[in-house]
Amino acid sequence: MRAALFVTCVNDALYPRTGIAVVRLLERLGVQVDFPAAQSCCGQPQYNTGYRHEAEPLLRRTAAAFAGYDHVVTPSGSCAAMIREHYPRMGRRAAEEGRGGGLAELAQDLVPRVHELTEFLVDVLGVTDVGAYFPHTVTYHPSCHGLRSLGLGERPRRLLAAVKGLELVELPGADECCGFGGTFSVRNPDVSAAMGTDKTAAARATGAEVLCGADNSCLAHLGGILRRAGDPMRTLHLAEILAATEEDPLEEDLLEEDPLP
Amino acid sequence: MTGTHLGMPAFPPFPDAAREAVRDGVLRANLRHATHTIRGKRARAVAELADWERLRAAGKAVKDHTLRHLDRYLLQLEASVTAAGGTVHWAADADEANRIVTDLVLATGESEVVKVKSMATQETGLNEALEAAGIAAYETDLAELIVQLGHDRPSHILVPAIHRNRREIRDIFRSEMGGWGRPAPEDLGDDPRELAEAARLHLREKFLRAKVAVSGANFVVAETGTMVVLESEGNGRMCLTLPDTLISVVGIEKVVPTFRDLEVFLQTLPRSSTAERMNPYTTMWTGTHEGDGPSAFHLVLLDNGRTDTLADATGRQALRCIRCSACLNVCPVYERAGGHAYGSVYPGPIGAVLSPQLRGTAGAVDASLPYASTLCGACYEVCPVAIDIPEILLHLRERVVQGGPVTREGVRVRLRPAHGHTAERAAMRAARLLLDHPGALRAGERLLARARRLRPRRLPGPGRAWTDTRELPDIPAEPFRDWWLRERGNRP
Repeated sequence: MRAALFVTCVNDALYPRTGIAVVRLLERLGVQVDFPAAQSCCGQPQYNTGYRHEAEPLLRRTAAAFAGYDHVVTPSGSCAAMIREHYPRMGRRAAEEGRGGGLAELAQDLVPRVHELTEFLVDVLGVTDVGAYFPHTVTYHPSCHGLRSLGLGERPRRLLAAVKGLELVELPGADECCGFGGTFSVRNPDVSAAMGTDKTAAARATGAEVLCGADNSCLAHLGGILRRAGDPMRTLHLAEILAATEEDPLEEDLLEEDPLP
Repeated sequence: MTGTHLGMPAFPPFPDAAREAVRDGVLRANLRHATHTIRGKRARAVAELADWERLRAAGKAVKDHTLRHLDRYLLQLEASVTAAGGTVHWAADADEANRIVTDLVLATGESEVVKVKSMATQETGLNEALEAAGIAAYETDLAELIVQLGHDRPSHILVPAIHRNRREIRDIFRSEMGGWGRPAPEDLGDDPRELAEAARLHLREKFLRAKVAVSGANFVVAETGTMVVLESEGNGRMCLTLPDTLISVVGIEKVVPTFRDLEVFLQTLPRSSTAERMNPYTTMWTGTHEGDGPSAFHLVLLDNGRTDTLADATGRQALRCIRCSACLNVCPVYERAGGHAYGSVYPGPIGAVLSPQLRGTAGAVDASLPYASTLCGACYEVCPVAIDIPEILLHLRERVVQGGPVTREGVRVRLRPAHGHTAERAAMRAARLLLDHPGALRAGERLLARARRLRPRRLPGPGRAWTDTRELPDIPAEPFRDWWLRERGNRP
C-alpha cells in the first residue's frame, strides 16, 4: 500500500519528530510513504479566523499536492477536520459567489482520500496493535476536532491500550476543550489559559508521566502551560508513542528537557 | 443604522470582560459547580431516550419549516388568537414593543405588574421602560427576583442568577427585600429551603395584589392560538391565571404550526434545560374565557432583528433556538467567562451567534462575540434543535473581517470589513503568501531553525498574549521536510 503523508505546517516547522514517527510507524506496518513537497498548510488558521478567501489558494495547493494518491494520512485531527468538514463548504461558497474556479470539485475529489492517523491505522490498515513498546503511564486528551468533528471515538485509546508496557489512565473531563482554539489562544488569552490550566491540572491528578494527544497545536498550548509551571509532566504526540518499539525506543531525551546543542 | 436593543448598555469587547471574570475566584467556583452539575444530569436525561436523535431531527425540521413559511403562520396565529378573544399587536423593534406594553398597562390604570420569566422582555429592556412610565415590574421567577433585588444583570438563559451562590443570595434577600415588599426574616440562613420560603412569602402578596401580568412564551401554536409557558416553580402559573389582564411579549420565531408539534418540544426542552423528564408546570391558554383566568389577553409579536436574521441562509438556523440553555451549560468558554461577558441577555454560544445577528456587528462586543469560542463543538452536540453554532460563528467571523452582504431593517447592504483588523489581515495575507510558496516557506523554516537558541520567554506585540501564560515550544534543529530530503529524498 502507498500513502502520502500530509505532515501539516505546524508539524513541519515545530514538531518534525511527529512526522518522522509517522513515517517510521507506517513503514514498519508495510506502507510505502511519500511526502509530496508541494504541500504546505490546509488554510485552517485563515479560515477559522474569518479569512475564507485567503484560505482558498491553500485548498487549491493541498488538493494539487495530493492528487493521484488513494490515501493521504495526517497526524492532526484538526487539519483532517478542516479538509473533511470545511473544504466542501468553501467550494460551495465560492461557487455561490461566482468565484468557484473548480474548488468544489477539488474538495469533493480530495475529501474521501484523507484520513487522520488513527483512522488510517484502525479503519484502512485494520490494526490496533501496532507492535509498539512504551513503558510509561499515559493519559490521553482527545482534541475536539478529532472527537466531535471526525468522530474518532475509541480509536486512539484502543491503539494506546495495545502498546506493550504502557499503562493508560483515564483523564477526567477528557471531552472538555483544552482552550487552545487556534487564534482563540491569543485573542482570548485569559480564558484560553484558564481552560488549559484546568486541563493540565486534571492530567496531573491522574499521576501519569505523559499527557498524550493527537494534535500538536493543543499539546503546544498544554505543554507551554506545564513548562511555565515547572511541571515535569511531558506532552507527547500519539504517533511518537506508536512509533516506539523495544528495538527502536523513543529517544529517552523526549522524556527529559530537550537539551539544545 | 439604529442598533437593535437587547436590553443592555454598551459593553466592552468580550476578551476584556472575560479577563475580569476569569480573575474572580468566587464566580469561577460558582459557575464551575453549577454547569458541571447540570451537564451530567442532562447527559443522563437525554441518554434515556432511544429516539433522541430523531426527536432532535424532528425539532429541527418543525422549526425550519415554520421559519420558511413564517409569514403565513404568523397571520394564521393572529387570526386564531383574535378568534379566541385575544388581541394581537405587532412590534418591529424593542422600543415599539415597550411602548405597546406600557400603553396597555397605563390603560388599565394600574401602576404595578407581576412578571413571568421572559427572555423577550429582558431583550427589550421592558422593566426599565415601565419604570420610566411610573410602573413597577416585579419579577416572580426566583432567579430573576435575585437578579432584580441585587440590581444585577442576568448571566444565564435558564438560571439568570447562576453566578450567585447561596450565601450571596441570602445577603441580597436580607438587605433588599424590605425595599420591594415583605422583608426577609432577620435570621435568614442560606439553606435553599429557607431562601425559597422567604421568596415565596415575599412574592405571595404580589401575586394576590396584581391586576396585570406580563409574560413571554416558549411556544405559540398558529393553528389554535394557544400560548405555552414552561416553568419549574409555579410562579408563572400564578401570574398567568390570577390577574385580570395578561400581556405576552413573544419573538416571532416562537410560533409552531400545530398543537401536535408540541409533542416533540415538550420532550426535548425539559431534558435539555433542567434535565427533567417532564416539565413541572406547563401552562397553556387560548385567548380568554368567561370566569376563567384573565379577562383581557394581549399578544405582542416581536421582530427586533429576527426578520433580518431570517434573510441570512447560514445564520437563520439560530432562530430555531428554544432557549433551553444546554449550550451554555456545556460551553467551556462560558464556564470561565461567565454570562455578563457576552454583553447581552443571550449569553454563551447561542448568544455569540444571536446577538451579532440581531444587533449587527458594529458594536465592540458584537464584533468580538464570534471569536468568543474555541470552536470545540460541544454546543452543537447538545443542541436539541441541532443548531450548528460553530458554522454560524465562522460565518460571522467572516462578516467581521472580510465584510459581506447582510440585511438590515429589510434592506440588503454590503458590510465593509470592520476596523481594527488591519494588522491581522496583513499577517494572514503574509502567512498565506509564504505558505503558498514552498520555496519561501522552506527558507523561513530554516531561518527559524537557525534562531532556535533565541527562544524567548516573552514575545513582544501580539505574541505576548501567548507568552504571558505559556512557554513557547522549542524550535527543532531542522524542519520535517529537510529530514525527509536527507533520509528519504534519494528514493525515486
